[in-house]
Amino acid sequence: MNTLRGAVYTLLVLLSAPTLGGEWDWHADAELELRAFSDTPKWPGQSDKSVHSAIALSGELYWLSESGDQRAALVPYLRHDAIDEERNLVDLKQAYWAMEYGSGALDLLIGVDKVFWGVAESTHLVDIVNQTDAVADIDGEQKLGQLMLKLSWQEDWGLLSVFALPMFRERNFAGTEGRLRAGAVIDSDYAQYEHAAEDRHLDWALRYSHYFGDLDLGLSAFKGTLRDPLLLPNADGSVLVPHYQQVDQVGIDAQYTRNAWLWKLEAVWRSSSLDNYIAAVAGFEYTHFGLFDSAADLGYLLEYQYDNRHDTEPPSIADNDVFIALRLALNDVQDSSVLTGLLIDIESDAVLFNVEAERRFGSNTVGKLRLRVIEAPQEDLILYSLQHDSYLQVSLQRYF
Amino acid sequence: MLKCLIFISVLGLSALTLAQSDDKGFEIAARSDRSDLGFSDSEVELSMVLRNAAGEESSRRLRIATLEKENEEVGDKSVVVFSTPKDIEGTALLSHAKILEPDDQWLFLPALKRVKRISSANKSGPFVGSEFAFEDFTAIELNKFEYRFLRTESCGSLQCDVLERRPRYDSSGYTKQISWVDQTDFQIRKVEFYDRRGDLLKVLSLEDYRQYSNGAWRPHTLHMENKQTNKQTTLRYGNYVFNQGLDDRDFVKSKLQRLR
Repeated sequence: MNTLRGAVYTLLVLLSAPTLGGEWDWHADAELELRAFSDTPKWPGQSDKSVHSAIALSGELYWLSESGDQRAALVPYLRHDAIDEERNLVDLKQAYWAMEYGSGALDLLIGVDKVFWGVAESTHLVDIVNQTDAVADIDGEQKLGQLMLKLSWQEDWGLLSVFALPMFRERNFAGTEGRLRAGAVIDSDYAQYEHAAEDRHLDWALRYSHYFGDLDLGLSAFKGTLRDPLLLPNADGSVLVPHYQQVDQVGIDAQYTRNAWLWKLEAVWRSSSLDNYIAAVAGFEYTHFGLFDSAADLGYLLEYQYDNRHDTEPPSIADNDVFIALRLALNDVQDSSVLTGLLIDIESDAVLFNVEAERRFGSNTVGKLRLRVIEAPQEDLILYSLQHDSYLQVSLQRYF
Repeated sequence: MLKCLIFISVLGLSALTLAQSDDKGFEIAARSDRSDLGFSDSEVELSMVLRNAAGEESSRRLRIATLEKENEEVGDKSVVVFSTPKDIEGTALLSHAKILEPDDQWLFLPALKRVKRISSANKSGPFVGSEFAFEDFTAIELNKFEYRFLRTESCGSLQCDVLERRPRYDSSGYTKQISWVDQTDFQIRKVEFYDRRGDLLKVLSLEDYRQYSNGAWRPHTLHMENKQTNKQTTLRYGNYVFNQGLDDRDFVKSKLQRLR
């Protein structure tokens, strides 16, 4: 409801804006996505169709005042899945009004926005403000809009931002007919919260970020509802129920950039009523520019993921894993690129093979390809439950 | 022993002459570079048309904001923001240019709202698929090169001083560039780029120069032709806006996501 109210206020600001003048910018896009699964479904209730299709529509309206000190944005997003209704989504990724004071030294933003924190490629540990749109893609990079009041202070010594996050967004999970789920369906209708205020708990976040020569540094703190839930069986064991804990989290993200090397580190220390633990990811990306005297660049990525959480915490597949990948950028007119990588769990030997390729066709259409192959032994509970869900996804995104 | 010493001193001497610009060459380059000194900041919109050897065209629109650093030992700051193709709308590249050290560069990716610090070692790589390399496109700083005066010759209706300039910074894709600077307005009219093998790679012509009320000259058509692949890129600039009161706070990574 709060999101809706925020959206209505933003809409009113936007509608009154033409009388104020300023610059307007808008665009829209539509994406058609086809996912083909090679194996028959593993779990009862899952659709036996081998191709799952979905369509997503998105728009953006952006306003900048004449003096440049005020701005507003409205970004609605709609997704419809032909098979799994839990993948349907009506969201506002952005719906805010913001204002600068003192030629940009202070910036106040009210409404729904999306922020990104962090440097790593294989997992995103410090990035806690927005809930993950988990059914959009398994890479965890798609996010839901978050209602916030954000105050930022930019000085020579860096950027300091305080976030008040008044409304929590629940994570979405695949439904009964959908793929990429465990045997028991996760039913968000019965979601539980550690705090009595439930999804109205006021969460807080603080972030400092700056650069010192070749080093980019971010420090962050968070107090509130953890975005990843614990998944607990209900009384008769027929479904899993998300349980959202309260946590304190301190995070660091750093990147040292020297010549063709990017050295990366992300780490969080998290404290809940059940456990204190540390999770970290560290590694590098080295780019070989101008491969074989061509315009193409080839990047080599290596990251190690570590997590010492107790079994009582929300499970992570990124606990003792190595990520190795190659990133090829052709630097052509179509911006063609391919990222191909392996995520290997050192303890269970489970492997996730991943290919992400993109290319522009003409001037308004982008084609994307995703190949995800999951190979897991029985003792890797999470990945083994997805053993039949390797897929190839092709999508076309058209911009207007 | 004596032979050896002579050998060393000859080597030392030739290294010394190589490392220094000749005075005349440097003065001509400096007079050209300093002709817009004090422009403070500028903003301009432009289109970039890429044409391959078969004549197929594709285009991009972008905006460039620049903050001048009058100290010639410090590089300018700049932001490039794309508005088309639409899938990269809002993609922004922030550069803090250095003289001999690699520049500091950040790239904003609007789909993820992510700012990435990127390696600037890729000086000779193509800028967004064009015939311009990163090093052609980021601010050209006087002290990034050493200069040698070659000759004077006519260039169109003007007389030009012809200079050779060699990059002093690492990982350039060029061994040398030959530039034509006119003797009337002291502006660069043409540049030839020679690749690492010493062969002619590209020719840049700078046309449609206009002088603004602050005295600064700007070319409004830049045409780059790759002589080895026959690919071409043309930049067409709109009108520059100068001295809008931009400052260092407009050239920080947190500002990138507010740009369109």
